[in-house]
Amino acid sequence: MTAPTTGSTGAAALKRHPRRLALIAAISLPVVLGGCQLPTFQGYRGSTHQGHDEFLLYAGTFIAAIVVGVITAALIIWSIVRYRHRSDQIPRQFQYHFGLEIAYTIIPVVIVLILFGFTVWTENNVDNVAAHPAQIIDVNAFQWGWQFNYADKHVSVEGETLSDPDPIGLNGVGCAPANHCYGPGLVVPAGETVRIYLRSKDTVHGFYVPEFNFSRYAQPGVLNTFDLTVQHVGVYRAQCTQFCGLYHSEMFFHVVALPPAQFQAWLSSQQSATVAAKRSSSSATSGSSATSGSSAASAGTAAAVRHRSTSTREAAA
Amino acid sequence: MTVLAERQAVHDDHSEHHEGPTGLLKWMTSTDHKVIGMNYMVTSLVMFFLAGLMALAIRYQLLSPGGGIAGHGLSNQQFNELFTMHGSLMLYLFAGPFAFGGLANYILPLQIGAPDMAFPRLNALSYWLYLSGSITMMLGFLTAGGAAAFGWVGYAPLSEPTFSPGAGPDLWILAIALTGFSAIFTAVNLVTTTFYLRVPGLTMFRLPLFTWGMLVTAILILIAFPILTAAMVFLFADRHFGTHVYTVAGGGVPVLYQNLFWFFGHPEVYILALPYFGIVSEIIPVFSKKPMFGYKGMVFATMAIGALSTGVWAHHMFTTGTVLLPFFSLLSLLIAVPTGIKFFNWIGTMWRGQIHFAVPMLFCVGFLFAFLMGGLTGIMLAAPPIDFATHDTYFVVAHFHQVLFGTAVFAGFAGFYYWYPKFTGRMLREGLGKLHFWLMFLGFWLTFMPQYKLGLEGMPRRVATYVPGLGWQFLNELSTIGALIIASSFAVMLINLWVSWRSPVAAGDNPWDGHTLEWFATSPPVHHNFERLPPVRSERPVWDFHHPDAIALSHSNGNGNGNGKVRQPITVGSGSDGEPE
Repeated sequence: MTAPTTGSTGAAALKRHPRRLALIAAISLPVVLGGCQLPTFQGYRGSTHQGHDEFLLYAGTFIAAIVVGVITAALIIWSIVRYRHRSDQIPRQFQYHFGLEIAYTIIPVVIVLILFGFTVWTENNVDNVAAHPAQIIDVNAFQWGWQFNYADKHVSVEGETLSDPDPIGLNGVGCAPANHCYGPGLVVPAGETVRIYLRSKDTVHGFYVPEFNFSRYAQPGVLNTFDLTVQHVGVYRAQCTQFCGLYHSEMFFHVVALPPAQFQAWLSSQQSATVAAKRSSSSATSGSSATSGSSAASAGTAAAVRHRSTSTREAAA
Repeated sequence: MTVLAERQAVHDDHSEHHEGPTGLLKWMTSTDHKVIGMNYMVTSLVMFFLAGLMALAIRYQLLSPGGGIAGHGLSNQQFNELFTMHGSLMLYLFAGPFAFGGLANYILPLQIGAPDMAFPRLNALSYWLYLSGSITMMLGFLTAGGAAAFGWVGYAPLSEPTFSPGAGPDLWILAIALTGFSAIFTAVNLVTTTFYLRVPGLTMFRLPLFTWGMLVTAILILIAFPILTAAMVFLFADRHFGTHVYTVAGGGVPVLYQNLFWFFGHPEVYILALPYFGIVSEIIPVFSKKPMFGYKGMVFATMAIGALSTGVWAHHMFTTGTVLLPFFSLLSLLIAVPTGIKFFNWIGTMWRGQIHFAVPMLFCVGFLFAFLMGGLTGIMLAAPPIDFATHDTYFVVAHFHQVLFGTAVFAGFAGFYYWYPKFTGRMLREGLGKLHFWLMFLGFWLTFMPQYKLGLEGMPRRVATYVPGLGWQFLNELSTIGALIIASSFAVMLINLWVSWRSPVAAGDNPWDGHTLEWFATSPPVHHNFERLPPVRSERPVWDFHHPDAIALSHSNGNGNGNGKVRQPITVGSGSDGEPE
């Protein structure tokens, strides 16, 4: 739903500004075309739209850095090899060369400005938020775990540290440590734009998915908003990156990207599980709903976490 | 040996004029900038070695996913304390104080022909505040709850009493306040000394580049350290006086801490870099037998780095979602320009020179390569999207270690080897020095290059354990082996110091054919430094004095320089002492 809408308005805007279209094409075409052939430069290509944009910038900067680095290193090596001590004659005592000095001031400025242009272009893409995301998820970080609330669907998933592996998997395969999916699972629809509202309940945490090339702080008193559009179905390991105390190194989670239909099935299964759990649980927990991001996990939420996923596995099979 | 004996005789003879305490009492009561400088250097090197041992413990823990060898790892708490104290010691107690407390204290007055710092007693106070701050910080390990365990940045709310109770964090905060005041007093002293105590003829554009670097550093200290101290006062008040500056519950703003901290923290990076750039700018010309290429460009580049460094703090906060990304990104990228100028000027200085690869020069070349790598990855990190992908991972760890190891360790020990003959009147052994260099150079690359790869694969920093099966163990093992090689290189340095202590080789006043005024003083310099000084007609008066036929070409001052006459040294009298022309 969302993607075509945004796409058409974008295309309409470009039709109104042909020069802008030409400019963007001129800048992005070689990058995009080359992007298919680019080596990874030890990084990730980015499993989200946003992360892939980051990868293109990373690759371009990497190439520029190699060029600059090799030239500079070659000059240093040439100097220390060619001009090492050969005679006791005092060399010519030259000290200034105005033109040269201006040149190596101006050229870096130009390189930096070009880099800055690409940087702004990329960061606007990465930070862009869609008008109508397919799913809104509230993510709350806490010492030492994560809570994912699908507020409109009354579904909540919560888990703590390494010791609470989440059984959600793909195609009937349980999410075992071998898949590196420790901690609770953030289930999202693949190919659709998901809005994340990120908050922290205590200290500063880092929401980081390496293969998305993306991280964002979860901070008390700050609401961070961003979109993720996971391109492919899969399980992606993730972890807190901002040091947050004793069990920081075990504050894992993972992202499970399901086909949209399967995602919806999972959501409704969770929904009914939550409702059932709520009915069966005592009235003491009824006050704190599983949907609210502000309260700690209720018994109903915990039940929802444990009851999930039979339907998901069937759908996947 | 005879030279040394003569020197000793001269020195003894001289000390009769200055009756004062000797031995331990001298080190404790002196206001002589040289004694205080040595105190600073020894203390900060002790801190460096302690922090290095902590680094080894950290690297030991990361040898395997579960920690340590055969399950004998550290606990999370021990690991967290160790990396916090490793960073705190290295940054607050070694890299800064070694430069602006140690080397600058000792060398800067000598380079400008001054008899001492402008405020000798304030200088002594700085040292004693620094020493008490250092001891205060280390005392954290003796408290019941252990030392501070929230990283060297001490982000609130983690450093609030709810999450970090106990006396260890309090001692950490007090230590930073104490060393902060020490740094501020030293900076006041350095600025005043540079502006008021220059020898006649030593105009600002003839200042040695080390002194220029220290001047800009001192100004940055005056800008940055009061903010840090204020941030710590707020934190302490939050912990003990019931304020809520950084707590949401009480209406405070946690992200304020990050802003305050990095408003100190990024100038701090250049406080830790500019003095070391200065050292490199001293050593490369001397060992290339040439003047500094583009001297004035270097001065402007130093000032530009200083100015830009006050406007880039939020590039540490790109992923907070609370800062204006393009502004901080552009300013951060622009720092590459003056840094690039410095690089090309260093290369230009070596160009067509006669480069002598004595130990200080070797360390400088090591610095060039280390800083080139650290600088290039720094440019990558200045782009917010790339920072999103690598923030708080080992990529950043590798980047800032390459920068800081490049400056504080490669360039710092270049300076140490370069000025050691001046401090002691003795030479260090070249062979052992070269062994130190090559081991360190090898260890450096082996330690930090695998960390880039680890970061790109998503290994977060400050983790006590990591999951198996991602191939991270091998890279971590390489890194640990590298750290051991670095440690062994410092064992070689200690042997070198011991050999130099046991069987001294006299250095003479000017063993490197130095350019700047400290090489006109005796080694070690007498009390109040100079009995005579050469005329100052360029930024390298001692070279001009010894090589009257090799004056720098196209020297744009054009005020009587280069007439090729041998000049007589002027005698330092009470009348002309320190009076500007």
